[in-house]
Amino acid sequence: MTRHRVLAPDGTLVDGARPALDLERTVEGLRWMMLSRAFDARATALQRQGRFGTFSPVKGQEASVVGTALALDPTTDWVAPSYRELPALIRQGHQLERIVAGYLGKLTAARIPDDVLVLPNQVALATQLQHAVGLAWGLKLQRKPGLVMAYCGDGAASEGDFHEACNMAGVRRAPIVFVVMDNQWAISTSRAVQTAGEFHRRAEGYGFPGVAVDGNDLLAVYEAAAQAAARARAGEGPTLIDCLTYRLSFHNTTDNPRAYLPEGWLERAEREDPIERVQAYLAGQGLWDGATRAAMEGEIAEQLDAAVAAAAAMPSARPGDVFDNVYAELPDRVRRQREELSRLTGGG
Amino acid sequence: MPEMNVVEAIRDALAYEMERDERVLVLGLDVGKLGGVFRATQGLLDRFGPDRVVDTPLAEAGIIGSALGLAISGLVPVAEIQFLGFTHQAFHQIGPQLGRYRYRSRGRYHAQVTIRAPFGGGVKTPEFHPDAIEAQFVQAPGLKVVCPATPADARGMLLEAIRDPDPVLFLEPQRLYRKGRQEVPADGSTVPFGRARVAREGSDVTLVAWSASVELCERAADELAAEGCSAGVLDLRSLVPLDVETLVAEVTRTGRAVVVHEAPLSAGFGAEIVATLQEEAFYALDAPIARVAAWDTPYPPGSLEGWYLPTVRRVVEAARRTASA
Repeated sequence: MTRHRVLAPDGTLVDGARPALDLERTVEGLRWMMLSRAFDARATALQRQGRFGTFSPVKGQEASVVGTALALDPTTDWVAPSYRELPALIRQGHQLERIVAGYLGKLTAARIPDDVLVLPNQVALATQLQHAVGLAWGLKLQRKPGLVMAYCGDGAASEGDFHEACNMAGVRRAPIVFVVMDNQWAISTSRAVQTAGEFHRRAEGYGFPGVAVDGNDLLAVYEAAAQAAARARAGEGPTLIDCLTYRLSFHNTTDNPRAYLPEGWLERAEREDPIERVQAYLAGQGLWDGATRAAMEGEIAEQLDAAVAAAAAMPSARPGDVFDNVYAELPDRVRRQREELSRLTGGG
Repeated sequence: MPEMNVVEAIRDALAYEMERDERVLVLGLDVGKLGGVFRATQGLLDRFGPDRVVDTPLAEAGIIGSALGLAISGLVPVAEIQFLGFTHQAFHQIGPQLGRYRYRSRGRYHAQVTIRAPFGGGVKTPEFHPDAIEAQFVQAPGLKVVCPATPADARGMLLEAIRDPDPVLFLEPQRLYRKGRQEVPADGSTVPFGRARVAREGSDVTLVAWSASVELCERAADELAAEGCSAGVLDLRSLVPLDVETLVAEVTRTGRAVVVHEAPLSAGFGAEIVATLQEEAFYALDAPIARVAAWDTPYPPGSLEGWYLPTVRRVVEAARRTASA
């Protein structure tokens, strides 16, 4: 089958393609992608130094995450992430330093700001899709503007919650876009073991359209996401976007892909790099060269330095924080447990 | 005050709160035209319309998961799960999602969601329908678990549950739905959680129970009274939050306790009660605390449930042993 593609891997437009994303926003998209890639490298280094907790890089999937996020209006539209969508969270207005604080184990500092329309990262795979459907349905019931962009991976799409969520969304014609980030690996489980079918075809069974895109093509992903968002805003219901992409790094910092990746897979995948593709396209348009690259990389490095420094300065987690935000008001029994811990920590 | 049975009290509370607060909506299986398999939502569809009384696809995890999303959007969902045993297919959305969402989001979000679910045996229902798995949810911090035994408590505690900013699992005593009527306040007054109810005063032994087992203990207390043993009955009303103070006070007064529940014995919530009394009332005890529970087996077909569930005879025998020890 053919997947929707606007940019060829060499950065040239495919025949007859007219990008829906203008050049200015393409540069913006490239910047989010490069920020994400640089954050991956920084976070991995910090994890190796023992400063960060377990980390899952976005590397390789930037076009799918950023292309879908660019279709959102952060003042009305929501992101329901799994845990590999960092640039989408930042683009929605979440703060990099708070995300860094989260990886540093700082409980309170990591809170999503109140005006940022992002759900918390979700590790229980596909459960977030059910929440996203309820949220989208609730927006519709209250005639609030907006839609929900809900992400999951190829592995999560095997969960029962994926089916329940898609089915419910179809029935309620909820303003939601399901994005299946098919990076072809669920840790070491390949897509061939995950499913015998194609993700985008599932949508038909739920009564809404599914589209297959080249997930490493920023312009194609954006176009599909913008169309899906327009459908949602017009009250026409859900869309499923099936993004075929490549995980160019590990599942997370505990993983060793050399143990299972077929010989040559990574090298072939690297030739499809989504960032280089956009850079080549912009170079062809006269908007990208060594100087612009150096400037953007320098700016991003400074942004990361500032975020890491700001996060380091945020208050550290204290043992007693574990009792915060469990209930609006702690039951007596739990309050006594907090007092017991407070005694052990000398009030901490 | 009007007289209501348990199911009428629940229906009345739902209608009252939907009238008072337009954010409240009801969703679940067959809650619309049918009014629920027990008719707890009867009449609500006509009164409040299909946006607020919603028949959902048959997917328990979807009902709970979407209720959480509805709550994030600003609504106040009351989800009906047809039978508590059907949450075997939704636990992952209840304990780890609903229960932890406030915590995981560092307070950015909270889940003002009520889950109503009937449970308990004695009415010869098919497999899964009677499962008393309440203790599983007590191990899910962030969740409240409440289980009224009377019409007045059902109404007052349901209003409390819907208004609670945190998720509440509201367990309904299936066997007592239409057992009898009592006077129930028709206003917006609520019954706060975490306050046990002395269902019957007694001086020789305290029978501790919740939900339908309270009614069983009251019958056992009648029988014990006839043979000269004064048995009190303490209705815990809510498992989370737990009213340790009243529990300890009542058992301290009699020095003897029997804990009764429909769940299998091992690691049932009765074990928590016994452990709590051991920690907090040990020196007031005159006898070992007894437990009367279902056997550690799957729930049997209805033909055998009379031999599976706690009975008046078993409660009376346990109380006698405890009282004479």
